[in-house]
Amino acid sequence: MPYGPHTAADRERMLAALGLTSVDDLFADIPEALRAGRLGLPEPEPELELAGRLQGLAARNRTDLASFLGAGVYRHWSPAAVDQILLRGEWYTAYTPYQPEVSQGTLQSIYEYESLLAELVDLDVVSASHYDGAAATAEAALMTCRATRRERVLVSAAVHPHYRQTLATYFGGGLELQTIPLVADGEAAGTTDLAALARMLGDGQPVAGVVAAQPNFLGLLEPMAEIGQIAHDAGALFVSVIEPVSLAVLAPPGAYGADIAAGEGQPLGIPPQYGGPYLGILASTEGLVRQIPGRLVGMTTDVRGQRAYVMTLRAREQDIRRDKAASNICTNQALLALAASVYLATIGPHGLRDVAAQGAARAARLEAALAAVGVPRVHPGAYLNEFAVRVPDARAVHRRLIERGVLAGLALADALPEEPSLADALLVCATEVTTDDEIARFAAGLAAELAVHDHLPPAAVAAEASR
Amino acid sequence: MTVVGEKLQPTLFERSRPGRGDGKIPHPPKDTLDRIPASARRETPPALPELNEPEVVRHYVNLSHLNYAIDTGFYPLGSCTMKFNPKLNEWAARLPGFASLHPLAPDEVAQGTLQLLWELEGALAEISGMRAVTLQPAAGAQGELTGILMIRACHRSRGESERDEVLVPDSSHGTNPATASMAGYRTITIPSAADGGVDLDAFRAALGPKTAAVMITNPSTLGLFEKRIGELLDLVHEAGALAYMDGANLNAILGRFKPGEAGFDVMHFNVHKTFSTPHGGGGPGAGPVGVGETLLPFLPTPRVLRADDGTFRLERPDERPTSIGRLRSFVGNTGVLVRAYTYIRAHGGSGLHQVSDDAVLAANYLRKRVGEAYDIPFDRACKHEFVASATGIRKRTGVRTLDIAKRLIDKGFHPPTIYFPLTVDEGMLIEPTETESVETLDAFADALIEIAREAESDPELVTTAPHTAPVGRLDEATAARQPNLRWRPMAGAEMPCPD
Amino acid sequence: MAVPAELRYTKDHEWVRVDGDEATVGITAYAADQLGDIVFVELPESGRSLTQFAAFGVVESVKAVSDLFAPLTGEVAGTNDALSGSPELVNSDPYGEGWMVRLRVTAPAELDELLDAAAYDALIAAG
Repeated sequence: MPYGPHTAADRERMLAALGLTSVDDLFADIPEALRAGRLGLPEPEPELELAGRLQGLAARNRTDLASFLGAGVYRHWSPAAVDQILLRGEWYTAYTPYQPEVSQGTLQSIYEYESLLAELVDLDVVSASHYDGAAATAEAALMTCRATRRERVLVSAAVHPHYRQTLATYFGGGLELQTIPLVADGEAAGTTDLAALARMLGDGQPVAGVVAAQPNFLGLLEPMAEIGQIAHDAGALFVSVIEPVSLAVLAPPGAYGADIAAGEGQPLGIPPQYGGPYLGILASTEGLVRQIPGRLVGMTTDVRGQRAYVMTLRAREQDIRRDKAASNICTNQALLALAASVYLATIGPHGLRDVAAQGAARAARLEAALAAVGVPRVHPGAYLNEFAVRVPDARAVHRRLIERGVLAGLALADALPEEPSLADALLVCATEVTTDDEIARFAAGLAAELAVHDHLPPAAVAAEASR
Repeated sequence: MTVVGEKLQPTLFERSRPGRGDGKIPHPPKDTLDRIPASARRETPPALPELNEPEVVRHYVNLSHLNYAIDTGFYPLGSCTMKFNPKLNEWAARLPGFASLHPLAPDEVAQGTLQLLWELEGALAEISGMRAVTLQPAAGAQGELTGILMIRACHRSRGESERDEVLVPDSSHGTNPATASMAGYRTITIPSAADGGVDLDAFRAALGPKTAAVMITNPSTLGLFEKRIGELLDLVHEAGALAYMDGANLNAILGRFKPGEAGFDVMHFNVHKTFSTPHGGGGPGAGPVGVGETLLPFLPTPRVLRADDGTFRLERPDERPTSIGRLRSFVGNTGVLVRAYTYIRAHGGSGLHQVSDDAVLAANYLRKRVGEAYDIPFDRACKHEFVASATGIRKRTGVRTLDIAKRLIDKGFHPPTIYFPLTVDEGMLIEPTETESVETLDAFADALIEIAREAESDPELVTTAPHTAPVGRLDEATAARQPNLRWRPMAGAEMPCPD
Repeated sequence: MAVPAELRYTKDHEWVRVDGDEATVGITAYAADQLGDIVFVELPESGRSLTQFAAFGVVESVKAVSDLFAPLTGEVAGTNDALSGSPELVNSDPYGEGWMVRLRVTAPAELDELLDAAAYDALIAAG
């Protein structure tokens, strides 16, 4: 066994102390009929060979493409310090800080995370417990139901489809979830339909919460203050789904009256790694502190009068309150919260602003380059660093561009099949790591594909598309 | 203002000096944000600290020194399986091919990771005796929710929606009843029998046409294998309910007991326990879920599929309408799963079998040694962990389990889990794992025995512990009565941009 | 721990003091001691109807939580607002400043179903 310390003599000594001759005696309580045979798994693999196998698998993934794919997960430069701190065993091989006297490092780092995020979202209470943006959004929606004792939540169709699907799963127990449609055309196309929202609030069961995203899934900026006002007028709470880097330049949830902020913390120094582990951001006003699920760390003092940190308001949690707990959450996503904190501390407030603004600048350049080859934006509204473009036969073009070394964002036909107006659209993004060369490759690739498209008869295009 | 102790660190915010820290990202053109409407823009920049990199590094390295961790010492936290975290796993997860892969990358671009996930599902199915496995849940608790939602979907598909109760033993993890509530079920708590197992009569009486599921941790949180498990599972199925196994204690039974073969319908794995992915100060974890034939149609979407030509792909949305849907974004905590895969490959079938043999042997050896000075409420062969109790010591000396735990810190050890399960007075749940040497086990037992002596000779030494930790016992009452959950900058943050 | 003779008690460790048709309710010193440092008390709104022995609120300590059960049926006439800022009053003065709710009693006969001081004393002595 690769990491076991026991010699044959050690095992014999332990067995002798127990008065036994075989370890099998310790498993005698498993009923004979239910005992397992052997494990049908490969033999142990020495580290050298296993490393080779892993390198081989990693090499089968193509990460050499010029990528314009965002849609909730974003490529960013993470300062080298971030991962080096994360690799210290004192952080990553510790557990939940149940014993505060020997966990002040983790506890202070979580308190600092809570404080940093509180600044960013402009709300007072931040929980570091959540898995990802989708699960945090689901917990936020459940909070609105507990706080208002109502059972109906409205979510904008421009919230990330995975988040909406997760909400639907979490709400399957009897709570009601409805989707607010998007404005179909005009200046506000692609954003939440405020008139429809007002109608839905006035109709049917009272609404606990309204959920909208800024920027929304299509990259567009929503009228958050108006959405919040309409929600509050109906006695509902307002949940804002945010992207943390954007908050360096966009109005924070606290400034436009959101009661709860949820979102994906991945852009803060966490690699994409095909889906996780990520960091669910969940924050609320002080008034909702007893409704927020997950671990909270507070500052207090010790018996010697020194400043110290401890997990607090513990009686809300599953290990104490059991079936009456606010949530079953047990995780505190401490290592990812640490990544986000080290990222924010290293990059600083000006650096974060630069990341957000640089992304906006690169995206504007991308927009111009694509427009120049005849690929226009779908929506007229303002965006930060992500937007949808109209491309004939978008799905097929997207597939063929991979062969040209370009990952052309996301085919919206796959992500939002319920929006036929987006069947021929790609969702593309740029960040501070997007280069001029990558933009040029994308534009040239598109130009070439569209030229092919224009010169082939429709049947051939269809054949090409289904290839 | 509070006093920052000698060994402690001021906050990042106190270290901040306007003008420090720059140079990571090129400055964008000044007019970049002019196209963003003023109404959407932030008026005052966030008051984040301004620091330079050397300060940040020292801050976090010095903070790390305040932590106890597996890499620094023995961490016998029962129910948490704090085994060594192999370094190869960290290396593997950071290979750029894995780490920089976008979760929405088309299948053809992600074949390496998809293959790894598919192989891992197969390995977990073999280990558990289950028919199939989903890797999507982000943690054990989310795995529990996944399992219970599948059970609900199954009953609904059979037209048995009146089943609205979940039976849970009183020794269970708090996540079990909390999960049942989240899924809209009522929890019925089943008492333990004198031998620590489930009380069969109470169990039989509680089961009925209202029962949707039974959640059982096996071995239990007392570290005991449920000897009547065959009978329990038969009763569950006769009642038309389904059996959920909390796999938190899987480290005890690898290669010895396969829950799926024994008749459990669904179980979750805690890969951060059994398969040694790091606990990370509380997270991230991953909580894959295995199912038998009954629940197969209800697995979350997307599943990883293998085509006849050997290529892999993700299930398309709506490809399997019986699915309960998704529990989170994307496919799962893949970075954690790469580590679990690496661990399983390094051990192979024979190595995993040895893991459980050694974990159980170590726990029993330690039970024998700790029993020299403490009560052992269930003094028979345990699995990977056991409960000791300081009831006798408390009666004689007034010293409580909490005090003993704090005194262990002075002796250089992390305390075990205390006051859990709730069913044992003054309980300590001790789990040594298979990666600790006999010398370490003996040193820990000697320390506990010495503390028992100190409790008799100098109780105050124990009740005022710890004496050597960076901080003493904390004022938790004030922390909860007047919560201070964020740093308030002393003055309005003044932050002129350097450009 | 002295158990005030003039009060009546539930098996769940609530006390009640009846004065005409009004009753004052709190938890006993024994209960407060068992819970430890009390950090939060969740009380019902005025006007809410309570049923004898049904849960009406929650009391939390640092590491435990317990439901509060109504000793008598009645309507909530007032709650102790001081507890929201100073929950420690339940520990320091459980029978006085640490009271929780006042009820307008609608079924005074229920008082007979409660324990007197001697019976409650025997209950906690038995552990």
